[in-house]
Amino acid sequence: MSFVQNFPCFSIVICMAAGILSTPMNGKNAKRTTLAVVSLVMVMSIAVFIYTLGTGTSFVYTMGKYPAPWGNEIRAGVLECFLATVFSMVMLFSLIGGMDHVFKDVKEEKINLYFILVDLLLSSLLAIIYTNDLFTGYVFVEINTIAACGMIMIRESGRSLVAAIRYMVMSSIGSGLILIGLAMLYDITGHLLMRPVREALSNLAQTGEYMMPILVIISVITVGLAIKSGLYPFHSWMPDAYGYSTISSSSILSGLVSKSYIFLLIKIFYRVFGSDLLLKSKIVNVLFVFGLIGMIMGSVGAIMARDIYRMIAYSSIAQIGYIYMGIGLGTEAGMIAAVFHILSHAATKSLLFLSAKGLTDASGRRRQYLYLRGAAFRNPLAGAAFLVGSLSMVGIPMLSGFISKLLFATAALEGSPRKVFYTLIVLAVSTVLNAVYYLHTVIHIYTPKEIPEECRGIHIRMTPGVALAMICLILMNFILGLMSQPITDLIQLGIEMFV
Amino acid sequence: MSRIRDNYENSLWNRLVRWVNGDTDPFKGRMEMQPLREADLKGDSVYNPDRLDREKVEQYLNDLSKNKEMKAFRFLYCLGSVAFCLLLIAVLLLTVSHLPVLGDPNGPNNNEVSARYIEHGTEEFGAINMVTNMILSYRGFDTFGETCVLFIAATCVIVLLRRPEEEIESTKETDWQYEPKPDAILQRITRIVVPVIFLYGFYIILNGHLSPGGGFSGGATVGAGLILYVTTFGFHNTQRFFGEKTYDRVKVGALSLYSVTMIYYFYTGANALKNIFPLGTPGNILSSGMILPINIFVGLEVACTIYAFFAMFRRGGM
Repeated sequence: MSFVQNFPCFSIVICMAAGILSTPMNGKNAKRTTLAVVSLVMVMSIAVFIYTLGTGTSFVYTMGKYPAPWGNEIRAGVLECFLATVFSMVMLFSLIGGMDHVFKDVKEEKINLYFILVDLLLSSLLAIIYTNDLFTGYVFVEINTIAACGMIMIRESGRSLVAAIRYMVMSSIGSGLILIGLAMLYDITGHLLMRPVREALSNLAQTGEYMMPILVIISVITVGLAIKSGLYPFHSWMPDAYGYSTISSSSILSGLVSKSYIFLLIKIFYRVFGSDLLLKSKIVNVLFVFGLIGMIMGSVGAIMARDIYRMIAYSSIAQIGYIYMGIGLGTEAGMIAAVFHILSHAATKSLLFLSAKGLTDASGRRRQYLYLRGAAFRNPLAGAAFLVGSLSMVGIPMLSGFISKLLFATAALEGSPRKVFYTLIVLAVSTVLNAVYYLHTVIHIYTPKEIPEECRGIHIRMTPGVALAMICLILMNFILGLMSQPITDLIQLGIEMFV
Repeated sequence: MSRIRDNYENSLWNRLVRWVNGDTDPFKGRMEMQPLREADLKGDSVYNPDRLDREKVEQYLNDLSKNKEMKAFRFLYCLGSVAFCLLLIAVLLLTVSHLPVLGDPNGPNNNEVSARYIEHGTEEFGAINMVTNMILSYRGFDTFGETCVLFIAATCVIVLLRRPEEEIESTKETDWQYEPKPDAILQRITRIVVPVIFLYGFYIILNGHLSPGGGFSGGATVGAGLILYVTTFGFHNTQRFFGEKTYDRVKVGALSLYSVTMIYYFYTGANALKNIFPLGTPGNILSSGMILPINIFVGLEVACTIYAFFAMFRRGGM
């Protein structure tokens, strides 16, 4: 066994250990530890990624002495390592970009607690990505939820507390449903690791036993993960949670946390249920319909929003709708498009949140459109970053959002003929709506006339960290947009490794 | 302003232009604006926000009996959610009736997994208590995750409730400041009971691999003993042996040793190396390799977490 194969396990445990060791530290040291750990995780993920690309297969790592049906396992393939790399990069840039605000928004004696939450969140993200065991997935979903909740409420303003309570309630319902589903799944299969469960389920599917519990299990687990990732009818916690927490939290939550649940769902679909059971259960069609509704309703909410953070948060609802629509197509092309959109949205949304913070800072911390006029001239880099992010979300060529929309459209054309029509229509309408609210904001921030009195004379100079984070995220957007072919090939390779 | 001319202000184009410009005045173009008449400028009819009784207005707005639509909506909402919950309960009960019978020897969950835990567990990891054996060795990663759930839950409670020491000391009129209560019976009984509780808790932790119990239940017992002590003798007396610093040291020490043990176990296990944990003779107190130290670490962490929950909610500090 090559030493590199230990890295996924090491990166998970090192994040946890860093969180534990940050307890007695002061804020500055905790910050240093966290940044070092996130960078280390990034390097290790890249190493594993190169290793799996070299061998061309995935590998299973037993967490302990005993293998599959008895002990815990994690599994690393091309897609898992690639996602871990991108997630740790986005996390690093979000942290660097929002660091000043963390130190402003959080009370001084509680700053180290913020970094504990970040460390454990990263460990749970990695564990959810790498897991090969359903119950491990559940345990780390719990850690993820509690850490995210803490990251929302640590600002301790009234609205962020309310947002955290809402998030907690919705998330707990989601966790409960997942746990019910897993318990029933264990009852009929007798296993918790993904591969034995898959074998047991395919045996059951052949004999036709327990079909009704299987249907309920599939729907309960899917609905639980959909609630946690904020699919349309369960989205009500998102605007508050993203809009009123400190900016690093917003960009990590919208970019990574909700995406990790979707990735877990994709993994469970492929590695546990298998396509036969899924197509029989028709759950993908349900996800398809709610994805389409979410694409429209999220955009409508974003148009109605009068402040920039809520606009971006509502836009997240629309983008989650895109991802579920891709999963709902039920084809491999749709799944590839969905995974690509996970990456592209992670890169773009964190960029948008960071730049929006730069713009509101340049307007005296006011977030309404009225005060944002000409903000791009008061803070040029944030303006440019917001422009790039908006264009990417609208779907302008050369940027990542264009590629994901292209992939969704081609996937729809290859898929079942009944879904083509709806997909293309809704995709077109949603793109127009995206353009309406993003370009509306862009026009605002680039309107030099009628600068409101309160904002005159403010000129923001970016600190090097923030500038670096924004430039890196802009570059990530361009890389995802320009080098889309190799990346989609990678995703395809990774999804084929799942089976 | 006078009457609306040609209805331009209300036209679609003008509304779009206003929206693009971010014009936030919702009345413009939708409501006729007239200058105030001379008579209105005198007396009470002029709007004066300072004179408004805000509480009365809010009470009026929140009074549901005056708002029939709102009342109907609330009623339908409650009805809908109850109906939905009943439906969900019905579906889940129906599913349970389709599940295999509990304890059926031929049931699907009675397979090679549990057979190995029961038959070979003791010889492979050395603990007689099968449950402890299974959760701490075969599925040790999950249990490590669970312990981190406790850790992060305690962290979140601290985020929400911890106040600086000066602030706690300067606030008067909080009931915990009148502790310790001059209650002779309580104090006498606590003096007798608390050492026994501690002893029993540590017994459960240390015998986790031999008898029912283990880190989680033993830690909860020790935590309960701490809570009893602090309610009887007050925070200042407890701080003499268990303050914030001790809490941090115990927790960080236990958890970091736990993570070192786990990462060593994962590394040796996955790479098929021999680990250094001696299994000993099953049944002895010093046996079962890494299970005994892990039980101790988990027990300390759980005791700290339980006490931290109590102290944070009671006082906002240790």
